[in-house]
Amino acid sequence: MTSPEIKFSSDNTTLTCSLSGSWTTQELAGVIAQTPNKNKSGYKEQIFDLTAVEVMDTAGALYFLQYQDDVETSGQKTSLKNAPKHVRQILDTVEKHRIKECPPETTLKGVKKLLADTGESFFKIMAQGRELVSFLGLVLNAFGKQLINPKCIRWTPLIAQMEQIGIHALPIVGLISFLIGVVLAFQGAGQLERFGAQIFTINLVAVGVLREMGILLTAIIVAGRSGSAFTAQLGTMKVNEEIDAMRTIGLDPIDVLVLPRIFGLILVLPLLTFYADIMGLLGGAAMTMITLDLSLFQYIRYLQDAASLGDFFVGMIKAPIFAFIIALIGCHEGLQVSRSAESVGRQTTRSVVEAIFFVIVLDALLSILFSVMGI
Amino acid sequence: MPKGLKSQDFVISLKDIRNQFGYQILHDHLDLDIKKGEVLGIVGGSGTGKSVLMRTIVGLNQKTAGTIKILGQDVDQISQVELASLRQRMGVLFQDGALFSSLTVSQNIEAVINEHTKLPAQFVREVAALKIALAGLPVEAGSKYPSELSGGMRKRAGIARALALDPDILFLDEPTAGLDPIGAAQFDSLIAKLQDTLGLTVIMITHDLDSLHAICNRIGVLLDKKIKVGTITELTKETDPWIKEYFGGPRGRAATRSHD
Repeated sequence: MTSPEIKFSSDNTTLTCSLSGSWTTQELAGVIAQTPNKNKSGYKEQIFDLTAVEVMDTAGALYFLQYQDDVETSGQKTSLKNAPKHVRQILDTVEKHRIKECPPETTLKGVKKLLADTGESFFKIMAQGRELVSFLGLVLNAFGKQLINPKCIRWTPLIAQMEQIGIHALPIVGLISFLIGVVLAFQGAGQLERFGAQIFTINLVAVGVLREMGILLTAIIVAGRSGSAFTAQLGTMKVNEEIDAMRTIGLDPIDVLVLPRIFGLILVLPLLTFYADIMGLLGGAAMTMITLDLSLFQYIRYLQDAASLGDFFVGMIKAPIFAFIIALIGCHEGLQVSRSAESVGRQTTRSVVEAIFFVIVLDALLSILFSVMGI
Repeated sequence: MPKGLKSQDFVISLKDIRNQFGYQILHDHLDLDIKKGEVLGIVGGSGTGKSVLMRTIVGLNQKTAGTIKILGQDVDQISQVELASLRQRMGVLFQDGALFSSLTVSQNIEAVINEHTKLPAQFVREVAALKIALAGLPVEAGSKYPSELSGGMRKRAGIARALALDPDILFLDEPTAGLDPIGAAQFDSLIAKLQDTLGLTVIMITHDLDSLHAICNRIGVLLDKKIKVGTITELTKETDPWIKEYFGGPRGRAATRSHD
């Protein structure tokens, strides 16, 4: 394959342009770079000799036609000479379909784009908030119906969800809580040693784990593990039209899919939190036994002084609240999936980010509330 | 003839192809020669490996044995670079278009051209607009995302992208599936027109008997792990029960009548 070329030869009034080589998409860049603009004007007539063109594809034809246009708009006549049949055919086809004025790109730039994007995301967030609130209404409505008529509660999916959310999460929640206990004790001991108050490491571990770390980490793990799973499961069902099918059969997806997940999580998260608390305290125990040289019984005795029942309940009371938020967001985002596989991924990411965001914000607010109340 | 091909050359020739997945043998000693400029329809019952055959030719599926020659080159003998440039001469339309969903239709085409050439951006946009027009889509379709298009438009957009580098060979996987009869007929005539004006060789998997009658020069029937090729008239004379049923069944007869 030879690269495309235009050779020019002129007498006073006419310019003969001899085209040669293969005018294909891959080779075209060369000729575009070579073709000087000066040859486009200054003659009465330009003759294009196409004898030596080996191949011409649509891109090549388009470039040639545009070149010819340029020549004609500068007031010169043009004519084709010796065009082989296959070249003439492609030129005709392209001439018929090409658009003389390519539509300009209608994208905004700079500050305008920034403003437009900001406005757009603001309205998107507002719309999402509204949708979440209306979804909350739907769920509470279905919840109320089930309370009045407990026969409607679907036990099988509820138990299945509890197994999936709870039992299968035990290893990861346990390990992470244990390690957090270890880290708190280790860092705490290092700092408190300076005051000679090493024994207060146990207070740090107890209060830290029971009030904050136990529940917060469990909620974050569950949001990443189960919240995302809710979105992906419901989203896939949405893509497959399974949820539409359910509606036509007369099943309410809120009853069948959403409520078991929300209840499952509300029932399980406190249990997981309790387990995480125990594992965190054990992690703290393991570390304090090493750094402070205490026995397990001594640790437990100090622990009784350090932590009150109030600390424990401050942590536990948050569990059902966080559970409700994680499950609500997970299910809501799942049902927001449009009919493309791509949106399942997008909604899943959004569900995890939103759930963790709300959990942490709410945790901060509750901390302030509890401290104002003096608990 | 363009690109140094003699007219009697086969564009694609398969010899002794074998495709095996585990213990399941889909193709065995399959031979197929495809002539330049023809439209070849591939039919066969479900599970006979129509898509696998297409994917094998395009290079998406590694064959178990056999040789594939595309445009005279044996795909196993040439270097990676040569293979890559050979691939640019084949365009594929997947069943639902397989357009990149994060790009607009126009960007889908521009991306292909930009990847392989160093043409100025404005010119690439114009080429993309030309392909969109060639595929029979309105100009506005270029700035739309695939999710905003109907099924038929997505297929046309898919063709436009398959044509981005002006391939010699075009593969179509069930191009008329899921289209209404009017849309399907329009799509058939689009393929016929493109084949004629751009001098393409078209290989299409299809179950649409009307398409087979309307635009296919020859038809390949996948049967007993091999492929039997012939014109419709030749195939209707076959004694094989599946072929008989296919062309002689109620739908086959209806399609024959409407194209006589």
